[in-house]
Amino acid sequence: MIEVEHLTKNYGPRSAVKDLSFQINQGEVVGFLGPNGAGKSTTMNILTCILPATEGKARVCGFDTFDQSLEIRKVIGYLPETPPLYQDMVVAKFLEFAAGLRNVPKKKIAAAVDRVLQQCGLGDVRHRIIGRLSKGYQQRVGLAQALIHDPKILILDEPTIGLDPIQIIEIRKLIQELGTSHTILLSSHILPEVTQICQRVIIINEGEIVAMDTLDGLNASMRHTRRLELKVRNPADDIQNKLEALDKVLSVQTRGRDLFVIESEPEAHVQDEVARLALDQLWGIEELKPIDMTLEDIFLKLTTEEKEVKEAQI
Amino acid sequence: MKPIFWIARREIGSFFYSPIFYVVTTVFLVLYSFLFFAILSDYSQGSMQAAPQAEALQKAGISINVNELVIVPSLGNMGVILLFIIPLITMRSFAEERKNKTLSLLLSSPVHLSAIVAGKFLACLIVVGFMILLSSYSIAFIVLIGQPELGPIVSGYLGILLMTGCYIAMGVFASSLTDNQIVAAVIGFGLALLMWLLELPAQSSDSDIGMILKYISLRSHQESFLKGVLDTSDIAYYLSFMAFILFVTHQVLDSRRWR
Repeated sequence: MIEVEHLTKNYGPRSAVKDLSFQINQGEVVGFLGPNGAGKSTTMNILTCILPATEGKARVCGFDTFDQSLEIRKVIGYLPETPPLYQDMVVAKFLEFAAGLRNVPKKKIAAAVDRVLQQCGLGDVRHRIIGRLSKGYQQRVGLAQALIHDPKILILDEPTIGLDPIQIIEIRKLIQELGTSHTILLSSHILPEVTQICQRVIIINEGEIVAMDTLDGLNASMRHTRRLELKVRNPADDIQNKLEALDKVLSVQTRGRDLFVIESEPEAHVQDEVARLALDQLWGIEELKPIDMTLEDIFLKLTTEEKEVKEAQI
Repeated sequence: MKPIFWIARREIGSFFYSPIFYVVTTVFLVLYSFLFFAILSDYSQGSMQAAPQAEALQKAGISINVNELVIVPSLGNMGVILLFIIPLITMRSFAEERKNKTLSLLLSSPVHLSAIVAGKFLACLIVVGFMILLSSYSIAFIVLIGQPELGPIVSGYLGILLMTGCYIAMGVFASSLTDNQIVAAVIGFGLALLMWLLELPAQSSDSDIGMILKYISLRSHQESFLKGVLDTSDIAYYLSFMAFILFVTHQVLDSRRWR
């Protein structure tokens, strides 16, 4: 459905997106993940034909974003980071306007408005002025506007930003429901969101893709090592050295005087050895547990790894 | 309905929600009415003084004509007031969309950029046309108390409407340059005033440049309309002026995407 090849976008001398390539298939819900300013919004603006790319190609449903942008704009629903809402309009009137812009036939506009009002839970506020609604409701109106012409593809830029926890849960549920019948590309810098909603993640940093996989795949590929966390009651100076001397242990990091993170080869079960050593030396085991990598870790690792290397070189 | 009409309709709707429209319309009507009745009372005083010598005047071929002495200067005044007021109507067209980030809705919809520009222009034209319509009560007043010639009135209004279109095109253009409404209003006003004043240096010189300036000036093309003449070259001038400015607006908006 979406094919991006070697996409580059420059703003003056600064490039927001560098040589980006990825594909999204029909029916997929893909998370687009990256810190603020990573190029997520820029990529989305190119896919929705608002901005032209400096180099490279993007195709949506087989149409080129440059030459056939009108065709693309018919099949795409877009919720930008700031929902494009006319604050002085009534919800239902605004949705009629959005339907008209998206070429919904006049006779079907009323039905389309009713459908999205119901889908987004806006029935109660249909006659209210948008500017007077809470942020959560405004976000829903933004989503409703993107759904009005029943697009095949939904592009949502940070759909849950600025909402309270209950509203976030509601919007996520809505997106999950939509995911069963639409292809969705969703950007976020909130990781749990992506783990909940998306089947696949594209992680970008400073305009470049750093990882692209399913969540399980990411977890597996990142787990070159196993990690254990050991907390002791009686800290001693030589604990780190003694742990490092154990067979199959790769490295030991300290986090404070009494907390150690032990990295070992993936197939080794060093926890027995660690426990035995701790008991022999009377360190007093407070805690001994394996650490699973969260998406957060993966994300941090991917986006900061290079920086650490660079800093180390200096 | 075509997208251009959806855009124009939404735009017009939001005018009626905003206080700017009501304030601007009120100021326009008050200023226009003040000048209109000042002219009218001058005229009635003058015609009363002239009444005893009516026959002598008629023999000398001098007529006291309500069209020439009341309506033409009133329409001239209206043109000047509109010059000041139209930038306040057009300033929001694109500046506000950009500031509120609503432009992305229009740009991501299957609508040509030219339809967006045309929709905005059309909306402003209808709104200002409505203001002009409100002011035409003054003409109805004259028709009630006198016998003006109707032809020049109709052509005079057409001329005003065409010049209004040019002011609006420049205002919409100014609005496409910035996301600050005040800046847009100032630029729009400056452009309109400049195009209107170009005639001044032409009056003091007979050179070719003076002739060209006079031709470019917006006001010089009003004369034929006020006399009741529909000159196609003047109509063509106004229409091509609008088309050119709107085309430039389109190019500005299009090029902003590349930056």
